[in-house]
Order: sequence, then C-alpha cells, then structure tokens
Amino acid sequence: MTETDGASSNAAAKTGSPVVMVVAWLWVAVPFLYGVYQLAEKSSKLFE
Amino acid sequence: MGFLDRSRIVAGAGWNRWLIPPAALAIHFSIGQAYAWSVFKIPLEDSLDISGTASALPFQIGILVLGLSAAFGGTLVERKGPRWAMFVSLVAFSTGFLVAALGVATRNYWLVVLGYGGIGGVGLGIGYIAPVSTLMKWFPDRPGMATGTAIMGFGGGALIASPWSTEMLKAFGSDTSGIAKTFLVHGLSYAVFMSLGVLLVRVPPEGWRPVGWTPRVDAGKRLVTTANVSARNAVRTPQFWLLWVVLCMNVTAGIGILEKAAPMIQDFFHDTASPVSASAATGFVALLSLANMAGRFVWSSVSDVVGRKNIYRLYLGAGALLYLTIMLEKDSSTALFVASTMVILSFYGGGFATVPAYLKDLFGTYQVGAIHGRLLTAWSVAGVAGPLIVDSIADSAHEDGRSGPALYTFSFSLMMGLLVIGFIANELVRPVNPKFHEPEPAAREESALPEETPDPLPAERR
Repeated sequence: MTETDGASSNAAAKTGSPVVMVVAWLWVAVPFLYGVYQLAEKSSKLFE
Repeated sequence: MGFLDRSRIVAGAGWNRWLIPPAALAIHFSIGQAYAWSVFKIPLEDSLDISGTASALPFQIGILVLGLSAAFGGTLVERKGPRWAMFVSLVAFSTGFLVAALGVATRNYWLVVLGYGGIGGVGLGIGYIAPVSTLMKWFPDRPGMATGTAIMGFGGGALIASPWSTEMLKAFGSDTSGIAKTFLVHGLSYAVFMSLGVLLVRVPPEGWRPVGWTPRVDAGKRLVTTANVSARNAVRTPQFWLLWVVLCMNVTAGIGILEKAAPMIQDFFHDTASPVSASAATGFVALLSLANMAGRFVWSSVSDVVGRKNIYRLYLGAGALLYLTIMLEKDSSTALFVASTMVILSFYGGGFATVPAYLKDLFGTYQVGAIHGRLLTAWSVAGVAGPLIVDSIADSAHEDGRSGPALYTFSFSLMMGLLVIGFIANELVRPVNPKFHEPEPAAREESALPEETPDPLPAERR
C-alpha cells in the first residue's frame, strides 16, 4: 500500500483534509513563533 | 481503554503523513518546558524560603525520572502504541503541575518535588519517546528529518515556556498564591495543548510505504539494515554501547557549555577591553538555545543525505576542533567565541536528534522506541558529568586566583578529549551481527502483539 493506493474519496475527505492540516500546523506554529520572537528580542542584547 | 489501543489508530487509506509531525510537536513543545524550570527557581526560593540547590531539585528529579521512565517504559510504549504513550504523558505531565500547585499553595516543598519531578518526570520520559518510532515508520525515506522535527520540539519547548511562564508570574505574582496559580494554569493549558497529539497520532497500516519510494538495500550505506533487532537483544550488542558512548560524550561536551553559558562568557572576556555585561550574557544564552534547537532539525535532516556515521564524525571531530580553536584564540574575539560555541551547541542538539535514526539504521524499526529509551540513560549520566566537570574545575581555578579563559582551559581540553573518545567509538560502529536479528514473522507481528504476551522474543532468544 502506498500513500494514495486505495484511497476512497470519503477517506481522503476525513483524513487528508487541508483544513485539518492547517489547524494542526497552526496549533504548534503559533506558540513556536511567539517563542522565536521573544528569543530574537533577547538575542539582540548581545549586540547592543 | 479501546480509544487508546494501537488497533484503533491504524491510519485509513489517504491519511496524510504530514499530520504526524504536528502531533509529535504538540507533545515535545509541552514537555520541553522542563528546560525553562529556572524561571521558577527564584520565586520558589523566596516564597518557600529554600536554597538554590533545593529549588533545582524538582528539575533534577524530573530529568532523572525522564531517563528511567524512557529506559524502563520503552518496551511498553512500543507495545501499547503512540496514542497510549501520549495520553500517559499528558496525564502525568499535567498532574505533575497540579500536584506541584497544591504543594506551593500549602507550602509543602516535597509535594512540589513529587509533583513536578516524580509524576511530571514520567510524562517527560514517556512523552519524549512516544512519537519517535511512529515518525520513522511514516517517514522511512527521511527518518532523520522526521525525528529531528520532534526532538527539535523538545529544544523549542523552553523558548515558548520561558517568556510565557515569566509573563504569568508577573500577572499572578511571585508569592505562593501566584506560583500555585501559575502551575495550575500550566497544568491545564498543557493538557489541552497535548491533546492534539493524542487525537491526531496514527500508525501506518502494515506494509505502507510512501508513494514512489522503495527501500534501498545496501546503497553504499552498509550500516542501514532491513532486519530488526529487539530491545532486549540490542543491549547485548557492542553497537548499542558504542552509540551509548557516542551520545554520552557528545552531550557531556555540549551540556557543560549550556549549563554555565551566562557566567562563562562574562568570565571569558572579563579582562578584555570589551567585557560582556550580564544583559548581553542573557542574549548569548538565547543564541545558544537557538543553535541547539536549529541543530536538531538541520543536522538530522542532513544525516538523511550523508549518512549517520558521517554526521557523527562531524559532530565529534569538528566539535573537538572548535574546542581547540576556543582554547587557542582565548579572549581575542567575542564573535569567534560566540560562533564556535553556537556550532558546538548545534552539534549537541543534532546528536540528540540524529540518534533515533542511527538506531533505526542499525536495529530496524521493530522496537526502536524502546532501544532509544534505554540509550537515553547516556543523557542522565552526561547531565551530571558535564556540569560537574565545568563547574568544579572553574571553581578550583577561581580559588587558585586565575581569571579569564584560564578558568576554563582545563575543562575545555577535557571536553575535547571526550569528543575524541566519542569519535573513536563512532568509528568502531559496524553492522549488527545477524545472530541478533529477529526472524521475519516476529517483526511483522509487532503491531498485533497481544497485551498479555510477556515476552515478544522467540524462546531460543530469551
């Protein structure tokens, strides 16, 4: 079986939904970007 | 519980494997909070009237329990599946915060230690290994990148937690009531955040492989096996212990810098025309965190192209040369010092992130999560050894009246020696003797292993 073999349209709608994909990645990306922003602010102090 | 069973999370046809990395990150970003424990140290010391050593104990116990639960719980995680493991991690990590909140509210220090360190530590260990073998099964074409993504999350967790916890302490206050409320919000928030991983994680169906990809047998990479070795047999091989040494040496060399970064850069340039201020030192610590996190993703992804043995040659060989550069250049250039230590820390992170894929290359995917769990005992040893070497030597040199780079010359030369030992150990890694390989059917039946089966090995291997 491969990524696409045998994929029915129903199954694809349930499991390959782009909405689910976007929500899942935003769920982890938003706090991560908050952390990176805070880190960038702190790092800049080394060069002040 | 049926909902948590491995059989309930076999992906249907068309399931997109790119949903698995965010599931893994939801767990690792959360448990990575452990590295931000220092935010709570001063408030706890002031409000509970305890020493700095005592305020560090919940974290230390947490890391100790992490290693132990990963080592002893690894086989169970393989058998029960990633959803069960992520759920256990969620419950233990969140409960740990709630019990710690109760401890602070009632001014019971030992309840804080038990909660955050004892109970929360189980969440750290089980959560750390929970997605590893699943990611490698979903990404057999890019195992280094896949595990690097998750383990980068553990490094990134502190980036999120550190400013977030600081803001919360500002809002609630740093007295016992404020800390208790902060712990309570942490426990509840992390439970919600981690639930994405529990709900989203899936294992691939038997025989699944990415479209257009076929396993390459011995395509110039003799260490990449298609056979499988059980966790019980893996620890009987020299390869496991050589990798244990490799990981331990690499982590020791990095953690010595990481743990003492802020005072180290100030000491190093103390006698120069441009000393480093305390504020600038916090910027240095932040840069090292960034390098540590980026190295986890970048180097482990590179290892998919150049091979695991070669990437460890880089971590250990170039790492030793960078230590030598710092020792020779002393305090001549802040930029060179910062750049060198950042690369060393990127190798430190890369070492953590690449080792699951190295294990998979040598032992197959059969029980790689459990093998990884056992290997993490090297982290526990390095976590004690690295800071001990750097701190004790610097303290001793300070008492002898030395200052500047001289405080660290001896410990850096020791680190260089440790990296050379790790380099030699890596050179000695050879393919696993076939006598340790599982018979084909045993490996295939892995996902269908019944819970009550006490030992997955055939009788002749026990």
